[in-house]
Amino acid sequence: MSPDELAPAGGPPLSDLALGPDADLNEPLEPQLGRSGDMAPATAKRRRREWVQLLADALHYRRTQIGLVLFLFIVVIAAFGPLFAPHSPYAFVTTPYAHPSARAVLGGDVIGRDVLSRVLYGGRSVLILAFLATALGMAMGVSLGLAAGYARAAVDDAIMRLLDVLLAFPQIVFVLLLVSVLGPRLWLIVLTVGLSHAPRIARVTRGATLEVKERDFVKAAESLGVSRVKIAFTEILPNITSPLLVEFGLRLTYSIGLIAALSFMGFGMQPPACDWGLMINENRIGILVQPYSIFVPVALIAILTIGVNLATDGLSHAMIGLERDTGAA
Amino acid sequence: MSHIILTVKDLEIALDPSGVEIDHEVNFELVEGEVLGLVGESASGKTTAATSLLNFQRRGAAIAGGTITIDDRDLLSLGSSQLRQLRGGVISYVPQDPGSALNPALRIGLQLREILDVHGFGSSSAERDERIAEMMAEVVLPSTKEFLRRYPHQLSGGQQQRVALAMAFACRPKVIVLDEPTTGLDVTTQAHVLDTIRDLTRRHKAAAVYVTHDLAVVASLADRIAVMYAGRLVEIGPADELFDGASHPYTRRLLHAIPLLSGRRTLEGIPGFAPRPGHRPPGCAFAPRCAYAVEQCSAEMPPEVMVGDLHRVRCWRHDEVRAQAPVLEVDDTGGLQQGDDGALITVRNLNAWYGSRKILHDIDITLRPHHCLALVGESGSGKTTLARCIAGLHPFKIEGGIAFRGEPLARLARTRTRAIRGAIQYVFQNPYSSLNPRKTIAQILMQPLTLFFEFNTFEQTSNRDEREKRLAKVLELVSLDESLLGRYPDQLSGGERQRVAIARALAADPTVLVCDEVTSWLDVSVQASIVELLVRLQREIGLSMLFVTHNLALIRSLAYDVAVMNEGRIVEYGRTDDVLANPQADYTKKLLADTPTVESRALKA
Repeated sequence: MSPDELAPAGGPPLSDLALGPDADLNEPLEPQLGRSGDMAPATAKRRRREWVQLLADALHYRRTQIGLVLFLFIVVIAAFGPLFAPHSPYAFVTTPYAHPSARAVLGGDVIGRDVLSRVLYGGRSVLILAFLATALGMAMGVSLGLAAGYARAAVDDAIMRLLDVLLAFPQIVFVLLLVSVLGPRLWLIVLTVGLSHAPRIARVTRGATLEVKERDFVKAAESLGVSRVKIAFTEILPNITSPLLVEFGLRLTYSIGLIAALSFMGFGMQPPACDWGLMINENRIGILVQPYSIFVPVALIAILTIGVNLATDGLSHAMIGLERDTGAA
Repeated sequence: MSHIILTVKDLEIALDPSGVEIDHEVNFELVEGEVLGLVGESASGKTTAATSLLNFQRRGAAIAGGTITIDDRDLLSLGSSQLRQLRGGVISYVPQDPGSALNPALRIGLQLREILDVHGFGSSSAERDERIAEMMAEVVLPSTKEFLRRYPHQLSGGQQQRVALAMAFACRPKVIVLDEPTTGLDVTTQAHVLDTIRDLTRRHKAAAVYVTHDLAVVASLADRIAVMYAGRLVEIGPADELFDGASHPYTRRLLHAIPLLSGRRTLEGIPGFAPRPGHRPPGCAFAPRCAYAVEQCSAEMPPEVMVGDLHRVRCWRHDEVRAQAPVLEVDDTGGLQQGDDGALITVRNLNAWYGSRKILHDIDITLRPHHCLALVGESGSGKTTLARCIAGLHPFKIEGGIAFRGEPLARLARTRTRAIRGAIQYVFQNPYSSLNPRKTIAQILMQPLTLFFEFNTFEQTSNRDEREKRLAKVLELVSLDESLLGRYPDQLSGGERQRVAIARALAADPTVLVCDEVTSWLDVSVQASIVELLVRLQREIGLSMLFVTHNLALIRSLAYDVAVMNEGRIVEYGRTDDVLANPQADYTKKLLADTPTVESRALKA
C-alpha cells in the first residue's frame, strides 16, 4: 500500500498529517527554506476544509476516541434518558433517602423522588446551557480578538485592557456577582458564563490574528481595497480555525464545570427542576445515608468534563501536526 | 594527480518503507582542495545526496546501496560514535539558513569552542582560544571578547553565515559540504561568503561540495560541476568545459535560464515540472521536458558516457547536443520598450519613515506609459518600501508627492479611489504567503473581479459570464490551465503560485504592475519563465512595470531604465544598458562586481 492510499479518502497525503515516524514520505525532498522551484504538486485531489481535516486527524489519537465516546455517552443519556425514565422526576415514589430497591433502582432522594429518573432527566440543562454559553463566549471573544488583532494599536489596547479588567475576576466570582444581583435566570447564566469566557478566547484569537495578518495575502486584499471587516472574516478567520476549535473544546469543559457549580450553589436551575448540579446540592446532607443520589450525578459530570477534555487534547495534538503543513510558509 | 579524498560510488538513496528512489547511481570523486558544484532544481535530490556524504539522511530516507569512502574509510559502515567523531572533524557541513543553524541561546564563542572541545582539538584551553581567534580571522570577523560574547541574533545574516563557516572549518576538515549557504543573502554578502569559502578551501586544501540551484553562483567558485536531475547525475565535468560545451540538454536549459550581465539575452524557462521521487518517468527522466527527446529516451536510461577527460554525461544524443552553438551568448534581440512620452507615475521628493526611522530620502523617479523601470538595491536599501509607498501599502509616515497621471495619490490603498486601486497592482515577493491557503485559486482570482467590475443585480447572468470570460482570459495571459481553478495554493508549485499571484493582479486590469522581487523565492529556471512572462505581458497588453530586484543581471532582460538604491537614496538612475555598461556611482560598481554571473568565472584564475 502506498502512503497515499493510507490517507483518509479525499484528504491530503500522509505527509500533511502527522501520524508517525514515516509521516513525511511525500514531502518535497529539498528544504523549502530560501526558495522553491517547480516541482510537481503533491496531489491533485481537492483538499478538505481545514477544520474537517483537523477533526479527521484528531480521530487517529486514542485520547480523542475515548474522549468522544465518553462525551457521546453523556449526550445520549441527556437526550434520550427521559424516554427511559421509569417514573416522573417529580413524583414521590419512595421514602426520603430510601436505599435502592426494585421500585427505585438508585434509591430515593431527599424527599423520596426516584434518583434514576431525576438523573435521566437532569442532563439536558447542563449540556444545553454549557453549549450556549460557550458559543456565546466564542462569538464575543472571536469578534473582539479579531478586532483587537487587526485594528490599529489604539483600538487593540482599548479592547485588550478592557478585557483585562474582566480577566481580573475569577470566573466563578464574576458569574456569581451578576447572578446574585440580578437573580438566577437562565439567560443570565448563559450570558455571564459566556462573558466570562470572552477575554480568554479573545486573547487566543488576537494572538493567532497577529501572526496571520502579517502574511502577504492580507496585504494583497488590503491593496485591492477589500473592506477591513471582510478581510478579518474571510481572509484571517479561516486561517485560525484550528486554535479556535481547540479553544472551543477547552471553554466547553469550563462551562460545564461552572454551570454545574452554579446549580450546586443554588444560582442555576431552581427546584423542583432536575439538574445534576442541583441534585448534588439537594441531596448532600444525606451523602452517608444514600450516596447514589450524589455519586451518580457527580460521576456523570466528571465523565462529561473528562470526555470533552480528552477530545480537546486530541484536537490540539492534531493541530501541532497540521501546523507543520499550514503554518508560516 | 592529486590525492583522492572522497569517493562516492553507485550511491542509492530511497524512502525507507516505500523504497521510492530519491537518488540513484550517483558517482563522483573529490580530490584535495577541489570545489565541486552540485547543481539542480528543487526535488532533484541534490541536498539528499550532499548530506549523505556525512552519512546523514533526513527522516524517512535511507541509503539503499553504494559506498562512500572518505580518507580510505568506508563511511557507511561506521558506528554512531565513530560517525560523530568524523562529522565536524574530517567532514563538516554548512547549512542553508545560518539563522536556524546557530543555537540562539548560546553565545557564538561558546558554540565555536564546543566543536573544538568535542573533537579534542589541541591540547590546552589556550590552544583552543588561539584556534578560535585564528578561525575568526579566517572568516574576516573580529575575535574580540565582546564579539565572541554576542548571541547569533546580534549578528547580521552574512556574519552568521561566516560564523557557521568558521565552525565548519574549525577542525580543519578534509571535506566540507555547503548546502546553498548564500541563498537568502544579499549579493554583497554573498560575494563575501563566496570569497571566504574560496580562500578557506584553497588555504587548507579542503575539498568542498557546494549545493545550489544557481549555476551563476558556482561559476566563479567551482572547479568541477555536477548537474543533477531527478536523482541522477546527468552531467559532470570541469566547470569551463561544462559552460562552453554543455552536452546534456538539461544543462543547456539551465544555462539558458541564467541572465547575463554583459548583454541582453532572451531568458528561457524550462517547460514542465521537475518530477518528484516516485513520480519519475521511466527512461531518461528529462525526456518529457526535452527538445531533443527521441523514442529511445523514454524507453531506456542512457548510460554514462565519457565525453572528455573528466567529463561524463548521461544522454543518448550528447554528440548532437554538444555540437550546438554555445549557450552563453548574448542575443541582443533587444526590443525592450522605451515607453511613451509623458508620465504615468511620478515620485517627487519622497521621504518615508518606518516608525521613527527615516528610510527613504528625497526619492525622484518617473514611470512612463508602457515602460519598465527597475529598482535595484540590497535589502535595507528601501526599494521595497518605495514600491509599497506607490502601491499604497506603507503603513507609516510619508512626505512628498506620488502622483498617478498627474493626480496626487493617497497614502493608503484603502483611501484611494477604486479606479486607481485597480490601475496600480502589486505582486508580492513570496508566493507562499501571498495566496490565502484557505481559498481555492478560483476564489482568489474572483476577488479582484468582483471588486473591480460592476456587479449589476439586474443582469446577474450576463455579468457572471463577463467575469468568467475575464477569468479565462487572465489565466490564458499567465499560461495557467483552467484545471487549477479548483485547487488550493499548497497544491501548486512555487512557479504556478507566482503565476496565480500575477494573474490576480492582472484581473484588476491594471495599468501599472509593481513587482516586488517576484523571482527571489524561485529556482533560476522558474525565474526565467516568470521573467519571460513579464516581458510578454509588457509587450502584449502594454503594461507599465516597476520591477524591484536585487539581481542586476536580471534587469537587463526586462527593464529599460534602472534606479539603483542604497540606504534609502537613489544613487544612480538611467538607462539599464548604460548603467550596466558604464556605472557611475561607486555603489553600482560594487554591486556589479559582487553580482555572481557565469561570466565571472574568468576571474577565478
